[in-house]
Amino acid sequence: MNTDLFGLQVNVWADAALRLQLIVVFMTVVVMGLIWAERRILGRFQQRIGPQKTGPFGLLQSVADAVKLVGKEDLRPKNADPWTFELAPFLVFIPIFMGFVIVPFLVGWNIKVLELGLLYFVAISSVNIVGWVMAGWGSDNRYAMIGGLRAAAQSISYELPLVLSLLAVAMVAGTLNLDEIVRQQGSVPYIVWQPMAFAIFFIAALAELNRAPFDIPVGESEVVGGPFVEYSGIRWSMFMLAEYAGLLIMAVVGASVFLGGYAWPLGEELGLGWQVVLVGAKAGLIIFAVFWIRASLPRLRIDQLMGYSWKILLPLVLVQILVNGLVLVYGWSEAILGVVGLAGVVALVSITGRAANRPRQIPARAAALKGEAA
Amino acid sequence: MVTERAREFDTQDLLINVGPQHPSTHGVFRMVLEIDGELVKDVIPYIGYLHRGAEKLCETMDYRQGIGFMDRTEYLAAFNAELSYVMAVEALAGLEVPERAQWIRMILCELNRISSHFMFMGAFGVDTGVMGTPFIYGWREREGIIDLFEEISGDRMMYAYFRPGGLAWDVTTNFKARVREVLKSITQGIKDFDGLFTENEIFVARTKGVGYISAEDAIDYGMSGPSLRASGVPMDVRKDEPYLKYSEIDFKVITGEHGDVFDRYHCRLQELRESVKIIEQCLAKMPDTGPIMPEKMPRMLRTPPGEVYLRTEAPRGEYGVYLVSNGGNRPYRLKVRSACLSNLQALKQMSVGQYVADAILVLGSIDIVLSEVDR
Repeated sequence: MNTDLFGLQVNVWADAALRLQLIVVFMTVVVMGLIWAERRILGRFQQRIGPQKTGPFGLLQSVADAVKLVGKEDLRPKNADPWTFELAPFLVFIPIFMGFVIVPFLVGWNIKVLELGLLYFVAISSVNIVGWVMAGWGSDNRYAMIGGLRAAAQSISYELPLVLSLLAVAMVAGTLNLDEIVRQQGSVPYIVWQPMAFAIFFIAALAELNRAPFDIPVGESEVVGGPFVEYSGIRWSMFMLAEYAGLLIMAVVGASVFLGGYAWPLGEELGLGWQVVLVGAKAGLIIFAVFWIRASLPRLRIDQLMGYSWKILLPLVLVQILVNGLVLVYGWSEAILGVVGLAGVVALVSITGRAANRPRQIPARAAALKGEAA
Repeated sequence: MVTERAREFDTQDLLINVGPQHPSTHGVFRMVLEIDGELVKDVIPYIGYLHRGAEKLCETMDYRQGIGFMDRTEYLAAFNAELSYVMAVEALAGLEVPERAQWIRMILCELNRISSHFMFMGAFGVDTGVMGTPFIYGWREREGIIDLFEEISGDRMMYAYFRPGGLAWDVTTNFKARVREVLKSITQGIKDFDGLFTENEIFVARTKGVGYISAEDAIDYGMSGPSLRASGVPMDVRKDEPYLKYSEIDFKVITGEHGDVFDRYHCRLQELRESVKIIEQCLAKMPDTGPIMPEKMPRMLRTPPGEVYLRTEAPRGEYGVYLVSNGGNRPYRLKVRSACLSNLQALKQMSVGQYVADAILVLGSIDIVLSEVDR
């Protein structure tokens, strides 16, 4: 069982191990870069400079942080459940890491091309919530517990719109193979035909990643870090690594499924250099938007968060899937998809605005809440 | 609903301890929340972590030495705190303050109100969950004001610049130009906050209809300042009992109508604009030269026996000073009426029945300064 690697014949297992090694190194370096980039970008948004003392432009800040975190004492609260507490970071970290197996960075540069790649990604990326709940439950801390349970509720609610928005594309593409989906977008990326699905994917991805404005499980001003509140040193840094790795993988998958990955607009025959630039730029755009949102939007409340997923995102994405089905069955023009998608984006924006600007219900609401709580 | 299902099972309410080291308690304040799921059922506040006995200490010092302690009761608006104390001493001693000193006092107090409200905007923005951006926006405007204060008084927070009778020394010669410069930047800062918060859907959705308190309840709790005016009560000491030169100035008392967190925020935002207007009028009317202290001041200030209660409108509400003298150069008894303490009483009323995240917002919307609560 030999396979081709850089023109050499190597054992298939050795090949997999090598690629995994490459991915681990790549991921760690990129995540460190992301942390640096986030701090610099947030600094710009907030009229300050950001890290600048460690290396040129503060580039070594993440390295310095990593050294500090590794050197810190690995504390465990006295009453914490030892197994649950110590295993939780791995259960958050490993699923995210396994998600990288199918990511189509470049032509032929996935670790493994899976026919059900998209399904695998969706499945594996939701496993990490077990780790979050374990961290919250095992820490023997009430903030951590509230945070862990919030994370579970949020993850379950936003899994559905996320999966369904990816499914909308998969329907049109007719395949779950990520590489295949990317190749189909050589001339037109799927965001043109499925703009609403992309909007919903982006919002749901923010929630899945626990980024602002959906950072309710880790909300600094409420639950003080949520499930991570008792973690320190290397275990805490594993949570952080997982968070940014999750951001990276979500951005690359979003870029591949909706923005044409390495294929659009130059075709897949172009050299590796151009492909790297294209994928990097597209994923970078998504990541930048995430940072931008973090710098400017307040956090939602838990009931608003749930309501937004179940009452607004889910019905809209179901409508999109219905339209996709009709277009596919009756063989209508693809232009209908684009028009419906754009109308859907307008509907999403206006419904969101109306929901936010609902007239006040006081004191009726306050009284109702009081009665409920009593 | 959560609670109906809870009745079927044998459930227990969760007690969580917020503070005194919690990031959203604005200092060393502690409250124990009794929560049922995400709903707050009870709030038990604990104060006193910052009690220093400032009032008692003042009774061992002469009148001028007390000014420093008053600064430290309300460190975000030290000029306003000083003003109440200094005016109480003047009322006891029967001192006449020169006109120019009064105008300067007004300008400095209104500037300090602006800097304090900007601080509120920043801290409140962080409470709602924006990552630091509003904090830096607020800080930026406050920095300009504080630089100006430093040029005038030599200090950035605890000014000790007002003296019974007038001011410690005259302002810098370019005072008016500098104030105008700062006002220009403030006006832009107010616009920034309007864009960042008032027009932000999530912010509006988070704050509207949250932490409601009726006008009657607010009066019963003895609330004052923007927190009271947000409930629709047009109570403002500057208008009701004009002190300094406020009777010669044209300004509006801003009131809200809903008494919720959003109105408390919005009242403060509009008050910023009013304060800018007040300062502009002050600058136009203030004489360029003139004395800043009465001509004859005794070397050691002594007051005749008597008592006085004097209140002014500080950024957080009515800041009153009750002063008893039995003759001599030091107060026999000094009592500060703190607006924050009274406003804090309503915390339970406002947050019971809300979500946990809203309880944090309610606490932020009162805009407490713990050193004023505890003194």
